[in-house]
Amino acid sequence: MKQPLLAFNDKGIYCAAADVYLDPWRAVPKAIITHGHADHSRWGHGSYITQHMNVPIIRHRLGDINVTGKDWGETFTINGVKFSFHPAGHIVGSAQVRVEHKGEVWVFTGDYKTEDDGLSTPYEVVKCHTFITENTFGLPAFKWTPQAEVMADVNSWWAQNRADGQTSILFGYTLGKAQRLLKHLDPDIGRIYTHGAVENMTQVIRQMVDLPETIRITPETRKEDLLGSIVLAPPSAHGSTWIRRMTPYVTGSASGWMAFRGHRRRRAIDKGFVLSDHCDWPGLLESIRATGAEKIICTHGYSDIFSTYLRELGYDARTEHTQYEGDEGDTEVRTAAEAEDEEGGTQ
Amino acid sequence: MKNFAELIKTLDSSNKTNVKVEALTQYFKNASDTDRVWTIAILSHRRPPRPVNTTLLRQWAAELAQIPLWLFEDSYHIVGDLAETIALVIPASKEQSDKSLTEFVEEMITLKRKTDDEKKEYLHRNWLSLNYYERFVFTKLITGSFRIGVSQKLMTRALSKATGVDEDVLAYKLMGEWDPSRISFHNLVLEESAQDNLSRPYPFYLAYAIEGEPEDLGDVAEWSAEHKWDGIRSQTIVRNGQLYIWSRGEELVTDKYPELAVFIDVIPDGTVIDGEILPWVDGNIGSFNDLQTRIGRKTVSAALLKKTPVVIRAYDLLEWQGEDIRNHPYIKRRKLLEQLYEDIKAYQTPLQISERIDLDSWDHALHEKAKARELRSEGLMFKRKDSPYLVGRKKGDWWKWKLDPFSIDAVLTYAMRGSGRRSNLFTDYTFALWEDKEDGTRELVTFAKAYSGLTDAEFRMVDDYIKKNTLERFGPVRSVTPKLVFEIGFEGIAFSGRHKSGVATRFPRILRWRHDKTIEEANSIDDLKAMIPK
Repeated sequence: MKQPLLAFNDKGIYCAAADVYLDPWRAVPKAIITHGHADHSRWGHGSYITQHMNVPIIRHRLGDINVTGKDWGETFTINGVKFSFHPAGHIVGSAQVRVEHKGEVWVFTGDYKTEDDGLSTPYEVVKCHTFITENTFGLPAFKWTPQAEVMADVNSWWAQNRADGQTSILFGYTLGKAQRLLKHLDPDIGRIYTHGAVENMTQVIRQMVDLPETIRITPETRKEDLLGSIVLAPPSAHGSTWIRRMTPYVTGSASGWMAFRGHRRRRAIDKGFVLSDHCDWPGLLESIRATGAEKIICTHGYSDIFSTYLRELGYDARTEHTQYEGDEGDTEVRTAAEAEDEEGGTQ
Repeated sequence: MKNFAELIKTLDSSNKTNVKVEALTQYFKNASDTDRVWTIAILSHRRPPRPVNTTLLRQWAAELAQIPLWLFEDSYHIVGDLAETIALVIPASKEQSDKSLTEFVEEMITLKRKTDDEKKEYLHRNWLSLNYYERFVFTKLITGSFRIGVSQKLMTRALSKATGVDEDVLAYKLMGEWDPSRISFHNLVLEESAQDNLSRPYPFYLAYAIEGEPEDLGDVAEWSAEHKWDGIRSQTIVRNGQLYIWSRGEELVTDKYPELAVFIDVIPDGTVIDGEILPWVDGNIGSFNDLQTRIGRKTVSAALLKKTPVVIRAYDLLEWQGEDIRNHPYIKRRKLLEQLYEDIKAYQTPLQISERIDLDSWDHALHEKAKARELRSEGLMFKRKDSPYLVGRKKGDWWKWKLDPFSIDAVLTYAMRGSGRRSNLFTDYTFALWEDKEDGTRELVTFAKAYSGLTDAEFRMVDDYIKKNTLERFGPVRSVTPKLVFEIGFEGIAFSGRHKSGVATRFPRILRWRHDKTIEEANSIDDLKAMIPK
């Protein structure tokens, strides 16, 4: 039997013809990386190839690594296999990987979303024969409201809290969600403060895109100054002593999971905003259709359900198990340094 | 509907009691009279009968969402709430509806008698004319349980704030049977009428668990003790030649227990007794499992009535000769109760009395507690001798001192996603114990399910283990490589033909994660059986 162009083994997605891995979860000599989230870009590979904008991000996260950056659409060849990066729209610098060998084209999405968030390079349809897709939110229960409406809600929530004399604490992922929220917050309402971990990552992203001004919270930050402001913090800060010092405050969280009432209540968050950096159900179906692919491989998320449905629609679809976790889950994947960053906060 | 949906959204999105009370108070001040009555009814679990069964609801929702039924079902498994799933999968629409809560509820009442085609047309039309949250609330009204973290007590407090009627008086007025489609807000809340009160029970006085040691309660002479019986808390009411039995869940259960009808002949008019409904098997208290065979059955067969009759074990007397005596000291009420019991004992009715224990010392209490398992009680109650019978859960005069639960070390074997607030984590677990086989080997046999007792951080760790160690998937359930051992606690235990292990346990929950134990060290089914009281 012919060897498939990309195969799933215990280390990651392997391209035997080029002897290279895509987003491997165990240390390998050569890795092609879709984006900077920890479950896709792990520590310990011999060399990293990724999109230009992701270089400073993974350097910030992983330290001194051997990394090469490529432009959007720039083709590079390894052992006769052609690779190129195409925008995935998930976070700044997030890419799909196109792999071409002997006329056969595969695309691996990493994580992606179809809505233009005004910050990441917008998702681009890449025609292929086999499409390897995430399905973090691959259920018909997930249908996103347009970002403009969600952000209008966020801003009016902030303004109301300010009028009530309370500080707004908004939880979002250190890499990606925090900057997306920041980009669309209305600085006319008040000052925008950041948790140390968010600020560090924001400084990295700021080198590439325009973002409103932020103030890092330090032990010297006065409580009176925080009153009525908004604070961007990682989800892990919820319930910490760092937060309790900011009383009186109201908490909000922005994530796709906030679509479920139960999830917000479980986390004891005052206000949930449904805002995701992944595709919703119509987004997944539409992008799969647009690639023209006949073979679909589902990775992380509700992959069993999703691939069963795709088969009913006539696709040759299957599930492969990976160790990608979807960065909007309950467990944020962090490096030790980031964990320290977050817990260190302003202590 | 808009203001009601907005109210539910506020109640559902806040964890803060004062925010909830404020939202309810504002709502009660501004809503129309009929909307107010329906809101009270809905929040106190008095809904009109379900007009459409859930099988049809699922089919029709899947149809409108243009997805196959299996995909709807799988989504429902993950979302964990039917109304929420329906609200999520139905496409958004630009239409609006200005109908009031009362109009919707009245339509739902008449809907029950319509044909399936008419019902489907009604649902499809309304699902498409409501926004996401209104659609959720509308569907909730149809499906039933409205669990949104608002206790009756909290609602009563808000209603009191909005109307100025005393909270305890309101609690009393809202109890019992009333029909929200007939009663006016004025009659229900504002006006006092003796006739309405004939069947009404008093709000139950509930005890808090003792926090430290009984000694902390002070002088033992001020306290009376008794065993805490493990059945259904109830009130037995005899007024105007009628008998009413109420359960603590505020359900009128008179018809479920025909053996109690004899009370009419022996208990005088104007009497209300607080007591426990207990199964009485061969002259002894049966297990809670025995009582389960009676709960939920409206009609009782003669055979079951013979096999598992019930008794009322009386704790307290709340009304005597038509007078509310809840403000009398506990000891005085007990004297009257004991006298009543003595007077009717000779008739051998199913009325028993829960023995009162005068304690010599707190050590004495310890000795009594040691007898609890043997007597089939859950532990002890302490009641201050001069205490009135209060409303609801109040600290100070009554305390419960429960036995430590039974406990056993078991192996995690299956897991399912949690529902509602835990829908993206595997938090519902099945546990197994060892059973010896004839060939000398042993295997793990399922004995209980539990889904509470771990911290969020522990749940996440177990969830992670499950995702990485799944053996097989059966729909929403996964079998897991046996490795993790947990100490499982439970309140009661009995032999059972319906359980694979041959044993039923009551209120199983996780006490702690035994990181220190391997699966070989987990307990066996035989260990479990040895715990069953002889």
